[in-house]
Amino acid sequence: MILPVPTAHYMALSVLIFCCGAFGVATRRNPIVMLMCIELMLNAANLGFVALGRHFGDTGGQMLAIFVMAVAAGEVAIGLAIIVALFRTRETIDVDRVDSLRL
Amino acid sequence: MGSAIIFWILATIAVVTAAMTVLNRNPVRGALMLVAHMLTLAVMYLTLSAQFVAAVQVIVYAGAIMVLVLFTIMLLNLGVTGGGIRSRGAGFVLAVIGALTLTLAMVGGSVWRHGLAPMKATAESLERGGTAQAIGYALYDPELPWLFPFEVISLLLLSAIVGALVLTRRRSE
Repeated sequence: MILPVPTAHYMALSVLIFCCGAFGVATRRNPIVMLMCIELMLNAANLGFVALGRHFGDTGGQMLAIFVMAVAAGEVAIGLAIIVALFRTRETIDVDRVDSLRL
Repeated sequence: MGSAIIFWILATIAVVTAAMTVLNRNPVRGALMLVAHMLTLAVMYLTLSAQFVAAVQVIVYAGAIMVLVLFTIMLLNLGVTGGGIRSRGAGFVLAVIGALTLTLAMVGGSVWRHGLAPMKATAESLERGGTAQAIGYALYDPELPWLFPFEVISLLLLSAIVGALVLTRRRSE
């Protein structure tokens, strides 16, 4: 049996990608790019799930990854619908200028 | 040794494409970088012997979701003007500090501080752990907790379809 790459390496990579996504959500002003950064974070979580599933010899990690993908599909459909509706009513989607809900 | 080399190559590509997704001013280029990132992760799932998840990753993420995102970017036709990165002010500094702290806290707290339990994977689970057959048996096994979430997911996707239709409907009667 080939010695597999340690799980800690995969977890560190997952954390790195997650933080890339979190940084993007915090700094980008285009909501579509923010949505893509959220996808990046979900992907990172998936990588962690699958790596830990392999670590413990359990299919549960891969199952959770599949459920996360299904939820991400629903989330991106709703998010893009909100962005399209926003663009129709406001003619802009810059999140700094869409602040009617701000106190 | 070979698997380690493959891991480092894939990890480099994954981090670079993720960073370019975040930093690219042009949303279309960012989306294409995200597609490359997702394909890289699919190959990484193959190295983790999760074949079915790799296939679903290519079909659902790189296929369906990214087509939807690219379609919306081109439909709204915002070009580069849709807002770049907030590169000035306290918000940017806070975001950098926050991301670094998050990285250190998660790596340090989860892996280095406590360490992982010893690996329980067997040669059998590495060999056949992620095939469509293994996933299917586990998904529909009444002894395992995955059947009910699977049914609930269908309800969630249905409500997402209805929600997207309601949100994008034109209100002009």
